[in-house]
Amino acid sequence: MAKEYRTIRNDVALPYQWALGKTWTRFFDGLKEEQIWGTKCTHCSRTYVPARTFCPDCFTDRTEWVPVKPEGKIVSWTLVKATYHGQVKPPPYIIALIQLSGTDCGFHHFIGGVETENIKKLRQKLKKGAKVKAVWNPEKKADIYDIAYFAPVK
Amino acid sequence: MRRVAITHVAQSSGVESKESLMDFTYAINKEILDKAGLKREEVGCIIAGAADIFHSGLSCANAFDWDGIGAFLKEGSRAEESAFSFIYGCMRIMSGHFDTVLVTALVKGSENPDNDAITSFYGDPFYLRPVGLNESAVAAMQMRQYLERYGITEEQCAKVVVKNRGNALFNPYAHVKKRVSIKDVMDSERIYDPLKTLECSPKSDGVVAVLLASEKRARKLTGKPVWLTGYGSSMDHFIPGDRDLLNGQLKTAAARAYKMAGIRDPQKKIDVAEICEPYAFQELLWCEHLGICSEGQGGKLIDSGMTQMDGALPVNPSGGVLATNPYPARGLYRIAEAALQIKGQAGEHQVDKKVRTALAHSTHGFGGQCHSVVILSS
Repeated sequence: MAKEYRTIRNDVALPYQWALGKTWTRFFDGLKEEQIWGTKCTHCSRTYVPARTFCPDCFTDRTEWVPVKPEGKIVSWTLVKATYHGQVKPPPYIIALIQLSGTDCGFHHFIGGVETENIKKLRQKLKKGAKVKAVWNPEKKADIYDIAYFAPVK
Repeated sequence: MRRVAITHVAQSSGVESKESLMDFTYAINKEILDKAGLKREEVGCIIAGAADIFHSGLSCANAFDWDGIGAFLKEGSRAEESAFSFIYGCMRIMSGHFDTVLVTALVKGSENPDNDAITSFYGDPFYLRPVGLNESAVAAMQMRQYLERYGITEEQCAKVVVKNRGNALFNPYAHVKKRVSIKDVMDSERIYDPLKTLECSPKSDGVVAVLLASEKRARKLTGKPVWLTGYGSSMDHFIPGDRDLLNGQLKTAAARAYKMAGIRDPQKKIDVAEICEPYAFQELLWCEHLGICSEGQGGKLIDSGMTQMDGALPVNPSGGVLATNPYPARGLYRIAEAALQIKGQAGEHQVDKKVRTALAHSTHGFGGQCHSVVILSS
């Protein structure tokens, strides 16, 4: 980061404390019990995961809780090799868009349990529609990392 | 509603500046006022375009940016997306409240963390941020879907980089000036497979200012007013998984802009387009959504040569965002470049045809959550 001209370095770190609200509290408490919760809109019948207080399409809170199976299929993914400040974990790692069974949206999480060395093999393994299932973290904290990652189903 | 024109434009180079942010801002704003022959006091109102909380480590950029823009002791406001700054400025003239508005967008990308670090904070702290989403990661997933759904090839995406980096060689304000080949792009590191390093935009410095005026005032200020004839914008859902990343809100934004401008056939009516393409494939996808080609035909569009500098509808003659990416200011850069093409003042990257109608586009957020389309006419 050294520059040829005079600079002053200034690091900013500020604490924020966001309220989860009742819906996301129940969603994360569910993960701790190895249960993924979604919500189904009684108006349009679409099921969203993570659970929502209101339907993002209908803008109504007439939603009901539905248990979602911890399995689904690959919609898209990327193998991350970039490095940057504050990154969630050291690369390489895979981030995917997964459609969980019985839901009408994409769910974002990591893919694990696969070799990342051979990109061609990886593409074969993670082709669109490939089945994946959640691998639970043995230590749970009622957060998104209670799911360690999703792994391809053989 | 009153008509509104762009009368003058000033822009800095995208290259890293050794000046302080305030001095860097001052220089371009002084330049545009001098070009227009206006004193600071004579400008009606100021709208800034800046996102300084993450892009400068400053909160309430209005407070800091105001002095360098010359906006002190005046009415004004700010938007983070500079295409919004532009339209807010236009509205203040259309409404009859002001006769002149200065719109200025600014950032020093060289001073702040990587775009991936900054755009990670687009995500909420419960879900999207902890699973590592950032603008590049979402773009990469969007690209894979694009390649798969329509059979677009990686080489076709790479051609966008070759074109835009090539165009940038003729733009004195462009940041990255280096000719690249398809092979260079294909061989560059797959930092977010399928996205490669050379398909991702750089991080640039940039101040760009656009002076707006009412019809009566514009005719006194310039012999070549550039009229705003169309505008549209639309916002998609926050969570990328809630949307179809290949069918976002750009079609809606474009339809609104075309309706206002009375454009039925954009491919025929638009003479040149400046499109915000932070990732190479997005130029092709956005061209589809803008109606420059039909659905799934983005690959054939770049193959056809139509969007080349000497093609029937040049796209990003300035080199676009792939050459110069002053993040929050990049939308206003597109608008300024479109205006210069209509004025015939783009210099070496002026397209070799009569430009009557130009399109400028801006986007912000994961995978194009927000889009704005501006139509300018001579």
